Amino acid sequence: MSLHTEALEGGFASPVLGAQATFRALMDAMARPGTTRTAGSNAAPPHPLGVAQGAVALTLADHDTPVWLSPALANATTKGWIGFHTGAEIVSSSAHARFAFLAAGEPIPDFHGFAAGSQDYPDRSATLVIELPALTGGPTFVARGPGIKDSTQITLQGTPADFLRRWAANRAFSPLGLDIVFTAGSELMALPRSTDLQALGG
Amino acid sequence: MSTPETDLATYNFAYLDEQTKRMIRRAILKAIAIPGYQVPFASREMPMPYGWGTGGVQVTAAVIGPDDTLKVIDQGADDTTNAVSIRAFFQKVANVAVTTKTREATVIQTRHRIPEEKLTEGQVLVYQVPIPEPLRFLEPRETETRKMHALEEYGLMHVKLYEDIARNGHIATTYAYPVKVEGRYVMDPSPIPKFDNPKMHMSEALQLFGAGREKRIYAIPPHTKVVSLDFEDHPFEVQKFAKPCALCGAHGVYLDEVILDDKGGRMFVCSDTDFCEERREAGHVGELGVANKEAAE
Amino acid sequence: MYVAVKGGEAAISNAHRLLADRRRGDRSLPALSIDQIVAQLALGVDRIMAEASLYDRTLAALAMRQARGDMIEAIFILRAYRTTLPRFGYSKAVDTGAMLVERRISATYKDLPGGQLLGPTFDYTHRLLDPSLLGDNEVETGLQREPGTEPVMRVSDILAGESLIEMEESSEQNDAPGDITREPLEFPLGRDERLQALARGDEGFLLALAYSTQRGYARTHPFAGEIRIGQVEVEIDIPELGFAVSLGRVQVTECQMVNQFKGSAKQPPQFTRGYGLVFGQSERKAMAMSLVDRALRASEFGEDIVAPAQDEEFVISHSDNVQATGFVEHLKLPHYVDFQAELDLVRRMRREYDSAQEIVEEMKEAAE
Repeated sequence: MSLHTEALEGGFASPVLGAQATFRALMDAMARPGTTRTAGSNAAPPHPLGVAQGAVALTLADHDTPVWLSPALANATTKGWIGFHTGAEIVSSSAHARFAFLAAGEPIPDFHGFAAGSQDYPDRSATLVIELPALTGGPTFVARGPGIKDSTQITLQGTPADFLRRWAANRAFSPLGLDIVFTAGSELMALPRSTDLQALGG
Repeated sequence: MSTPETDLATYNFAYLDEQTKRMIRRAILKAIAIPGYQVPFASREMPMPYGWGTGGVQVTAAVIGPDDTLKVIDQGADDTTNAVSIRAFFQKVANVAVTTKTREATVIQTRHRIPEEKLTEGQVLVYQVPIPEPLRFLEPRETETRKMHALEEYGLMHVKLYEDIARNGHIATTYAYPVKVEGRYVMDPSPIPKFDNPKMHMSEALQLFGAGREKRIYAIPPHTKVVSLDFEDHPFEVQKFAKPCALCGAHGVYLDEVILDDKGGRMFVCSDTDFCEERREAGHVGELGVANKEAAE
Repeated sequence: MYVAVKGGEAAISNAHRLLADRRRGDRSLPALSIDQIVAQLALGVDRIMAEASLYDRTLAALAMRQARGDMIEAIFILRAYRTTLPRFGYSKAVDTGAMLVERRISATYKDLPGGQLLGPTFDYTHRLLDPSLLGDNEVETGLQREPGTEPVMRVSDILAGESLIEMEESSEQNDAPGDITREPLEFPLGRDERLQALARGDEGFLLALAYSTQRGYARTHPFAGEIRIGQVEVEIDIPELGFAVSLGRVQVTECQMVNQFKGSAKQPPQFTRGYGLVFGQSERKAMAMSLVDRALRASEFGEDIVAPAQDEEFVISHSDNVQATGFVEHLKLPHYVDFQAELDLVRRMRREYDSAQEIVEEMKEAAE
């Protein structure tokens, strides 16, 4: 397959219903942080975009939402794929992005580089969509907050060692902050800014 | 091809175009991430008037899919004209399954009530909201109220409620009673009676609020603290009805007053018609009700 | 036994059937054709197009017929249709200087290049009911001057030539204009968004506000610099071709109001502008719009905001008749849940009041 056709194929088999199903998975995930949903069963984004990750792009991005891509995703194929299927402008400045997509294994850049919203409009913040090797099997974090009954444990694999500190910093100026959607293959889990994370036993 | 998309030749699935749905969906996700905060969205003209549920309809249209079962209520009832009209709209444009049973519904669009039956995980309650800004009647300017929310400056609201007490001996707000969500944003719960306020607290269902004319979407995720504003010496309390439902005998539910004649005859019946019917089917009878034959036999 | 009212669905369907019946009216009369409405009720059709923000005379006429002549209902129907239309692109700004004018008048100059052109106006008609219109008498063909090939110079350009009027903001220097149908309003608005809102604003509301400025509620010393009605070219840039192509012509009414301004330390004395642009022939609306536009520019000129017409949030939040009619009319929807809540409170407070009165009475009696 040529680079060109790869960028044109792999959208939702049925754009309307594919987007609806992915959105529902995302909405449920955002409403219940720590729970895992599947998404993108009929999308085939080009490597290294994950299936669910690509489906999120197809569902939410368009010409009104500048998109930032991590170095591993900023190649002709993935750039072309997101551009062709969503019409979103790919921006090099992370501060202007509404959505940021990061490939698995890449360092997660400083959160301060992304829009966190303003006091008047905290909704004008970026959503990061980060591919991980797996959504389970990593260090245990205890999550509390809206959407979570009492508390729940999450074990994301592949988050940076200082993730808890960075997440706490993201929450320090609540209600401002980023929201994250972690994806791994066809699975996704959301981490809205409202979720408090602590180390197990911490 | 015979997907639902091609069957609905004149409209896109669920009426809205995809660009509009994306815009609304993005707003919904941010609303969930910032519980109680009103996210501005580019509300569209809908084929029904502003003030008649266009916000709720847009939210429902952005959320609903072919696997959903929709229930629409107005004043707690499935058969009020506007509920009938909105339900018919979604049957037409989304070919979606509909129900009057609270338990069977995955998406419930409502005006002015929360069903009596406890909502569960997997259900989404979509409220139609006329004026989303709880501070609007104290300060009409958006530029001012936005600042108040940003600075968490809600003194004005407390002053207003306290003036009520000073003047009337009661907090004179009986519906659209303001709440504080997760200790941060003061939120208008839409004109539900304050009787329903406690149902929002730690609900298992996701609650979404759509205000079409005022172009705002906000949300309460499941398991979220929703506290009605009050004072230590005047704690929040809900309406209590002297009698149970005259048809099904239910206690502790919200009742409608029905005028029976011009000589002062009146009765009180469940506002939630599905709840009332289900109780009657199960054999419960109120003082003016008739025993369900099957249940009685 | 009490039986709850049911059958909303049947009631709705019967009501709509009756509506269709009344809409058609007396069947012995021929039905109005859309062409007749477009041709003979043209100004009503124009108002629907303007306030629906959709330039399509046939659909506007259809909406008018469907709405039984209820203008706001017709505007609403056409708006709801407009919102479903895909957006293919954005046209270039129309050049009203190149307008093929059918009417052009200026109140500021007795004569000027291009001349005063009355066009098809109600002005100077004596408002006497015309019995000849009861029938279908022969009507003479209109007389018109040969259309000129030269564009008709704008009055504002004459003043600009002397630097006596503020410069028009150049659109090149600004960002792309906003779109109030695609983005939620955020106060304070830019003038681009404000003018969009005014262009679709309710004619009656804007007329009343404009009138209020003339009566001293934020007076702006207006002169009708120019009113012109005619056809303008709508062009769209085609990047692949590298030039703009014409999509056709639309009829618009433009009003340039010339207003007084004393000048400041930074700026020499010069006139200011109020601007109105409306689809179709709609002079009253264009004039009202330009007066309200000027009043709303108060803070730009450091004027005190003392009157409703200067209050942007007030004017723009309430100028849309589709929103206004929806919310006013929603009061006819059932509100009995809320009313019950109020009823309960009023009854409780009434009981407390009555028992307090009784205590007062008893104390009086005891004292006597």
